[in-house]
Amino acid sequence: MQNSDAPKIAKLPLLAAVIALVGLADAIYLTVKHLSGDGVQCTIVHGCEQVLNSDYAKFAGIPLAFIGVAAYFTVFSLATLAAFGNRQAWNFLSIMVGMMAIFTGWLLYLQGFVIEAFCQFCLLSAGVTFTLLGIVIVSRYFFKRLA
Amino acid sequence: MNNKQSFAFGFLSGAAIPAVIIGLVAVIAIVATVYLYQTSRANTPGPVISNANASANSNTKALKTAPPGAEPAWTKGAPNATVTLEEFADFECPSCGFFEPTMREIKTVYGDRVRVIFRQYPLQMHQHAYDAARAAEAAGQQGKFWEMHDMLYDKQKSWSKEMPDARKEFENYAKTLGLNVDKFNNDLTGDTANSRVSADKKRGDFISIRATPSIFLNGRLLTADEMQVTKMRELIENALQGK
Repeated sequence: MQNSDAPKIAKLPLLAAVIALVGLADAIYLTVKHLSGDGVQCTIVHGCEQVLNSDYAKFAGIPLAFIGVAAYFTVFSLATLAAFGNRQAWNFLSIMVGMMAIFTGWLLYLQGFVIEAFCQFCLLSAGVTFTLLGIVIVSRYFFKRLA
Repeated sequence: MNNKQSFAFGFLSGAAIPAVIIGLVAVIAIVATVYLYQTSRANTPGPVISNANASANSNTKALKTAPPGAEPAWTKGAPNATVTLEEFADFECPSCGFFEPTMREIKTVYGDRVRVIFRQYPLQMHQHAYDAARAAEAAGQQGKFWEMHDMLYDKQKSWSKEMPDARKEFENYAKTLGLNVDKFNNDLTGDTANSRVSADKKRGDFISIRATPSIFLNGRLLTADEMQVTKMRELIENALQGK
């Protein structure tokens, strides 16, 4: 069937790349908030300030938001490569998203039970990670080919 | 390469496309970060200075030229104390509730040496914030502002949820504090409470409060980092020693 060398763009990795961009934008926003030290106004799902100022907002001295930027950028890059047919990139992405989902689970636990406050931007990030996880799972179990 | 392909991607070979996309996103991400950071710094009411001796920064001027807020203000500590903390807060804001133990520690440790001013800054997005602010004012009219202030924070979780009317809850607090409940209820909806809250709010709006709680130490807005209790105590100690 393949009668051209036009790059085939795989749909699931493309979707993952777009979703990773949402995560990236969110993480950039949170990083800027963290760096500039100004509070997000107290909002409906409360407590960004509380969450971002908590002792848990840093991991090994690095702001979590910045780790988020790095992670989402990596996921975006891998997804883009996979969208153009690089299977190895998709494998790396699957492992990475799996680890991110575990880490996100831990962060949700901290917000819910330790800090007892939720930050909507952190929740958005959690949503993004779990959506990525969903895409990875779908790609692994329901599609043999990515394209 | 077929015609469509070469039209769409021109000089790029298939392998280069993802690299270009990734590079482009990296550049956009960096530019966006720098831009947002600079905008956010520019919009912050005052410069971030890590010591407390900044007497002539823009916050100080802003606070001096701002409308005075409710008069007399609710204060604790000696009127002529070297250090003044002016707090803008919303009783329903969880961040304010979270920050409250810090303020209590400071009030306990420094007593008269630090003058604490409480300013009402209820946010529209909180269902009962205005009522809570007015409840504290109403209690204040019976000489129990700080008692109600503490009560509202202590019980924040029980009244700040979705409920049609938090005033019943506030009425119970008034009872607990031994207030005249009829007077309390009248005052809660009265003009005095309302205009005092508005006056504080105007003062906050003038200096462009961006988050609750906002704390000014001798007129300088503290950063989120400086609002950690140890850091805040250090700043207060320095200010007390005239540093």
